[in-house]
Amino acid sequence: MTADPVPDASAVAAAVADAHRREWAFVLAATVRVTRDLDVAEECVQEAFATALTDWRDTGVPSRPGAWLTTVARRRALNVLRHQGVARRSLPLLVEDDLAPDPADDDTGDGTHGYPDDRLRLVVTCCHPALDRPAQVALTLRLLCGLTTAEVARAFLVSEPTMAARLTRAKKKIAVARIPYRVPPPTELPERVDAVLAVVHLLFTTGHTVPAGEELVRRDLVERALQLCRMLRTLLPRDPAVAGLLALLLVTDARRATRTGEDGRLLLLEEQDRSRWDAAAVAEGVALVREALRARPPSRYALQAAIAAVHAEAPTWEATDWAEIVALYGVLGQVWPSPVVALNRAVAVGFASGPAAGLAALDELATEPQLAGYGYLPAARADLLRRLGRLEEARLAYTEALHLTANAVERAFLAGRLAELG
Amino acid sequence: MAQYLILIYEDEASYATAAPEVWGEIIEEHNRFAAGVDGLGAKLLGGSALQPTTTATSVRGGSEVTDGPFVETKEALGGYYLVEAPDLDTALAVARAVPARFGGVEVRPVMVFD
Repeated sequence: MTADPVPDASAVAAAVADAHRREWAFVLAATVRVTRDLDVAEECVQEAFATALTDWRDTGVPSRPGAWLTTVARRRALNVLRHQGVARRSLPLLVEDDLAPDPADDDTGDGTHGYPDDRLRLVVTCCHPALDRPAQVALTLRLLCGLTTAEVARAFLVSEPTMAARLTRAKKKIAVARIPYRVPPPTELPERVDAVLAVVHLLFTTGHTVPAGEELVRRDLVERALQLCRMLRTLLPRDPAVAGLLALLLVTDARRATRTGEDGRLLLLEEQDRSRWDAAAVAEGVALVREALRARPPSRYALQAAIAAVHAEAPTWEATDWAEIVALYGVLGQVWPSPVVALNRAVAVGFASGPAAGLAALDELATEPQLAGYGYLPAARADLLRRLGRLEEARLAYTEALHLTANAVERAFLAGRLAELG
Repeated sequence: MAQYLILIYEDEASYATAAPEVWGEIIEEHNRFAAGVDGLGAKLLGGSALQPTTTATSVRGGSEVTDGPFVETKEALGGYYLVEAPDLDTALAVARAVPARFGGVEVRPVMVFD
């Protein structure tokens, strides 16, 4: 391996942090193949990163940090296995019966560092349907993104011991119930990828609209979700659902800078400065939407992305193609029936055909049990009533929405609207 | 290879009121299931249907005898299969094939002592 000239401490720290962000999943997945034990693999990978912090000061940053880290982590793993007797093992070995020969140090220069790319194994294992969603999410952040337990706990507003217990239980189940470390056969893959996409989407939405608290966007979760989605795109380049989700995340996140005003107030799509939307992200997303919509039936993410793209491509709020948005919500409701989709469709009807038509569509959902306690329903109703001049009813609906919303930024928005009504 | 116990939980009332031809269908389904386990990459080691919980007797703390199941639930344990499978995915494929039209099944790995 060739090395850059010997760098200073801060350059090394930056290079290690960068490698941590880019290479953690690859290094861990390749090390699990050696240890067949997630905890031992994690320890070895952590040590490899710690070693990099000191070694790279002497040797310089290697030209391919991922390969360097993988070599060190796997060597460390072999040492651990040699010294740790089978008797001392607390959990059974992971099941992985279909491994291709390990090319190990064979340097093919094909971008996989000569090591097998096992990231897809790792991600489908973390998101196995036999694990519940909180466990899938926690494992994905811990094992694919390399977040510490404390960081994962913070992201989901639970205590560190709670998160540690969740991770321990999940890893134990993987080992004891023998969830295999394996890419499922093509017949089962779409269903398994669906579970992975649901986890990535949940990470993004959690980061995009934090359910409670002061900040509307928790940037780190959004970044992690985008990074995971790009990784999936690399691993499954022909999967239209992956393309659809990546499109959705890109187009939605393109509006990030304009979602709140300088005073932290939530800005409606209507009020946002479209010139500040990230044009490159929109363009990338729109190209992916076209690809994703070619699947029959299109995935729900592709349709959601298409809706976001119609907004993103409209030069002004007034020029929005609401009829197209109503139609897309209609298809989405068939592919993925959900009262929330019906609610969004009703809101779109309110713009395509006027507030009276929107209110009629919304009132059909009034008795929907899944929407009971959902703050967006009274908020949408309040807006339509306001536009119809039915101010007393609008006031009641805004008040109800306020009671159901915990996010401080959204609460401020609703309170502002309520105050405007006088 | 590992062993998994597949516990069948179903609504007993549905069985109690089922017509004789429905019973016949269900028995036929179980026979077909048993014949198909090998094809799923697993091995059937055993299994039984249980009499309903109205016939159950529980013993608590090693002494107190009570009439009825240990835990009262709407869907009660009504039978089980013991299978050998290489991993959970295979065991779940077997579990999906278990006839359980009035409920569902739970898959539990069997503990190994070495």
